[in-house]
Amino acid sequence: MMSKRIYMDHSGTTPIDPKVLEAMMPFLTEKFANPSSIYTEGREVRAAIDEARAQVAIALNAKPEDITFTSGGTESDNLGIKGIALARKERSGHIITTSIEHHAVGHTVEHLGELGFDVSFLPVNKYGQVELETLEAEIRKDTFLVSVVWGNNEIGTVQDMKDIVKVAHKHDVLVHTDAVQAVAKIPIDVKDVGVDLLSLSGHKIYGPKGIGALYARKGLKLAPVQHGGGHEKNLRSGTENVAGAVGLGKAMEIGKAGLETDMPRIKKMRDRLVKGILELDDSYLNGHPEKRLPHNAHFRFSYIEGEALLLNLDMMGIVGSTGSACSSKSLKASHVLLAIGLTPEQAHGSLRLTLGKGNTDEEVDSVIEAVPQVVRKLRKMSPLGHAKGGK
Amino acid sequence: MYSDKVMDHFMNPRNVGEMKDADGVGEVGNPTCGDLMKIYIKVKDNIITDIKFQTFGCGAAIATSSMITEMAMGKTVDEALKLTRNDVAESLDGLPPIKMHCSNLAADALKAAIEDYKKKNPGK
Repeated sequence: MMSKRIYMDHSGTTPIDPKVLEAMMPFLTEKFANPSSIYTEGREVRAAIDEARAQVAIALNAKPEDITFTSGGTESDNLGIKGIALARKERSGHIITTSIEHHAVGHTVEHLGELGFDVSFLPVNKYGQVELETLEAEIRKDTFLVSVVWGNNEIGTVQDMKDIVKVAHKHDVLVHTDAVQAVAKIPIDVKDVGVDLLSLSGHKIYGPKGIGALYARKGLKLAPVQHGGGHEKNLRSGTENVAGAVGLGKAMEIGKAGLETDMPRIKKMRDRLVKGILELDDSYLNGHPEKRLPHNAHFRFSYIEGEALLLNLDMMGIVGSTGSACSSKSLKASHVLLAIGLTPEQAHGSLRLTLGKGNTDEEVDSVIEAVPQVVRKLRKMSPLGHAKGGK
Repeated sequence: MYSDKVMDHFMNPRNVGEMKDADGVGEVGNPTCGDLMKIYIKVKDNIITDIKFQTFGCGAAIATSSMITEMAMGKTVDEALKLTRNDVAESLDGLPPIKMHCSNLAADALKAAIEDYKKKNPGK
């Protein structure tokens, strides 16, 4: 039994970095003024938001005026996609997205389909990659937006975003990307890659929950989703989440630096974890072996089920997640796992482990030992042709 | 989400295993979520003298399989046939509504095993 729990669900959420909390505290205590107020206290808080906005911009190689604060990744996805679509003169035209998006993009695009837009969901290959030929073939004369998740939250596959943007721009199509999982894990340079819109979230990068941002390059016309007092240049009304914005700014700053300091270490641990666990018979890695987020490990184990695996690990003090049907509210297997060609039965035995700054080599060792132990225990209980004895 | 009883049956399942010389075998799959349950019974003088299960499924699936084998052991074949999913769920101090279908699977697998036994032993 582990005395300290081993947390490997960083793609689910992350703990707030102490430096982020420190930056936020004044704005949760004495600096409580409304940033729209014209007196001293208000102006001081307004300046703090401006600084946070600049921190977010710098981390993306964008300009502060291109950044809008939102309540999180989901709202940023909504604002980015609906913002472009509903700014158009008519509810017509074609939007392309993929079959492996987070629901914040997928359901938003589906909704726009119900409002009258034409929508397409691109298939992906067995690694979860969008193929450029497939994308180009899908683009029509009336296509105006493509949304592709930069780093997938489940299987970790990282898309060739620069090439995708090239193809889309060749046909005058805008590109939005859900970079919620990719930010602070891989280098993100919006100028270099050329994306027109990008969503990010605080609580995935050691910042607080309830804050995110949307990058929208200059010159785009977006319609607001949330109306009100005209905040964020009329794009997103509502009194600013000051502490959240300050926290996000700090988290982006720390995250950008962490690409050099934390990520290599995390990637080494992840690689060792994957190698160790794949020693087990009938175990597989989902997603692209190399073009994947450096902290993400996503496995499937034949003949066993993910929720049972997770609960056993939980009892042993290890925290992960799964894409099995039994663990979802809808009782449907993860659409991402089905999109890469797994059968529902294969998707059943999946385990996602996502590492973070707080994980150690000792923890990786413990998990390498624990996971096969649990899988073997569950296989003994399973009626399916299971690995007898063996590794 | 799960009661203490469910967690106990899940972490320490009773009667796990295969039975090479079973008198009845029932295997059912649940289309709702893809789980599979297999139950083996040994019957003497109409009484279930031994029972084993194998399950491919979640915490609730394992727990309900374990519980129903415990409940069926020692019962007559006809008494065991009367076990319902509610009996199983109640014995486990309840299941979350979304997991009730697992208890269905356990009851169905036991019924299938008993039906298989009856087919192989007509008139008994």
